[in-house]
Amino acid sequence: MSTVANASQGLNKDLGYKAHSIGGFRFERDEYFAHIFYPGGRHLIPVDAFLRALMRDVAWGFFYGTVNFDNVFGTVNHYGTVEMFVGLFNEAYRGSNRHHVETFESKDLKKVFDEMLDDWTNEGFDPFAAPDETGLVFGPKKGNNTAAIRRQRLVADRMVGLPGDLTFRTDPQNRQLADVPTDKPGVFAEPGFENDVHAFNFFDYLSRSDVTWNPSVVSCVKDSQFCATTEEHILPITHGNDRVEWFIQATDEIIWDIDDRGTGKPRSKVVMRAGDVAAMPADIRHRGYSPKRSILIVWENNDSTLPQLYASGKVAPYPVEF
Amino acid sequence: MSSQQTYFGSLENFQKGGVEVIDDDPKHYAFSNVFEVASKSKPYEKVAVGKNLKYVIEAVRAEGTSPWFAAAHDEAALVMDGDIEVHYLKPDQPVVAEGKEGTVKLAAEPAGKKMGYVKVRRGHMALLPKGSAYQFRNAGKPGVLLVQTILGENTVEKWADICQVKA
Ligand SMILES: [Fe+2]
Repeated sequence: MSTVANASQGLNKDLGYKAHSIGGFRFERDEYFAHIFYPGGRHLIPVDAFLRALMRDVAWGFFYGTVNFDNVFGTVNHYGTVEMFVGLFNEAYRGSNRHHVETFESKDLKKVFDEMLDDWTNEGFDPFAAPDETGLVFGPKKGNNTAAIRRQRLVADRMVGLPGDLTFRTDPQNRQLADVPTDKPGVFAEPGFENDVHAFNFFDYLSRSDVTWNPSVVSCVKDSQFCATTEEHILPITHGNDRVEWFIQATDEIIWDIDDRGTGKPRSKVVMRAGDVAAMPADIRHRGYSPKRSILIVWENNDSTLPQLYASGKVAPYPVEF
Repeated sequence: MSSQQTYFGSLENFQKGGVEVIDDDPKHYAFSNVFEVASKSKPYEKVAVGKNLKYVIEAVRAEGTSPWFAAAHDEAALVMDGDIEVHYLKPDQPVVAEGKEGTVKLAAEPAGKKMGYVKVRRGHMALLPKGSAYQFRNAGKPGVLLVQTILGENTVEKWADICQVKA
């Protein structure tokens, strides 16, 4: 199978997993690791972390900007095409010209990622769940968990619960958000105004989310999107946005590691507790740690002209000057 | 079931985090807390706590009865604390020009048709639908709203007063 000189011994064992290739990249997995072969070398990522990151990249359609699987490998969304890279945002790789980047049609890379995710996810492992809620993914191939990995990012048109818009969740409350009140707001619409007089229990809706680190759009004002999500354990990717985004911590606490977007050098830690609001500048990357399952609102500006505005330097990477 | 308790903040009881700088300026993060902001605000003052070009989120102290507001686009209000009613009217004549952005404060209750009302408390989100006029009412202890809208003539920007400036 492999003619690459530096293929490892372990990969010659047939564990039941397929190799997946696109362009100059080839992905193989063994019992513990994802092996990323590229012209110039091989990079390893623990397979559980790799699948959790891959799950987000696939479900979000490559998301906004850069999805760093770790400090070496990741993707950059150009909305139609995607760059897949090794070392592109790593100062040492760049400095020694060891980085490697290839551009793919989004749909072509998504197809390879979808197949790899399905092939490498064993039964009993849910890459969207917190580690305490799911089984392990190590060892030889054992079944799959296709239903779990087909869950999509939900996007409300106007607001959750309006006629014809995203419906309420019927899942049970998560074990760590089981004390969130489930009372419904009183809604008293005069006849004919049912599409406008509307309210819903937002916290209850979030407490029933069965996925972690997977923002879903709950309310929109033109391109302003409230993307609400429940977080537990570690954000499986380090997100380097191509625009400013904001966090509103609705419950509990998340600690964020903030590194430079381009080099990966540490810049800050941001500790956010219920009621805290903070911007994530356009020149950083961030990774969150949520000790208890918490409710977070990620506030995005979906204006498609923004990546160009920030990349060209026409707007500052910081949202407000004071 | 987990014994872990969910921590919600409130106007009287919030624990603020912050930016711990390694090699940075905390002002880049415009870090604030909606409860702290509302604790220092006048009733229904619309203080921006988030701004993404023309879009804003505003922290609003909900105390007593608000003026009538209106907007030419949808807005959303998330209750962070308190028990609040939102009353809606469909004005007979448009009160905000088509295409105008941000919340407009009306001088008085406009002539119009009653649309109904919602009763919301912490964790509930209410739609503030485009083309309507609306009024917040809170007869109880002061509450806090987070309003998702567009920068407008009533948005108060006082970043240096509300944000962490020192490392
Ligand atoms: Fe992000």
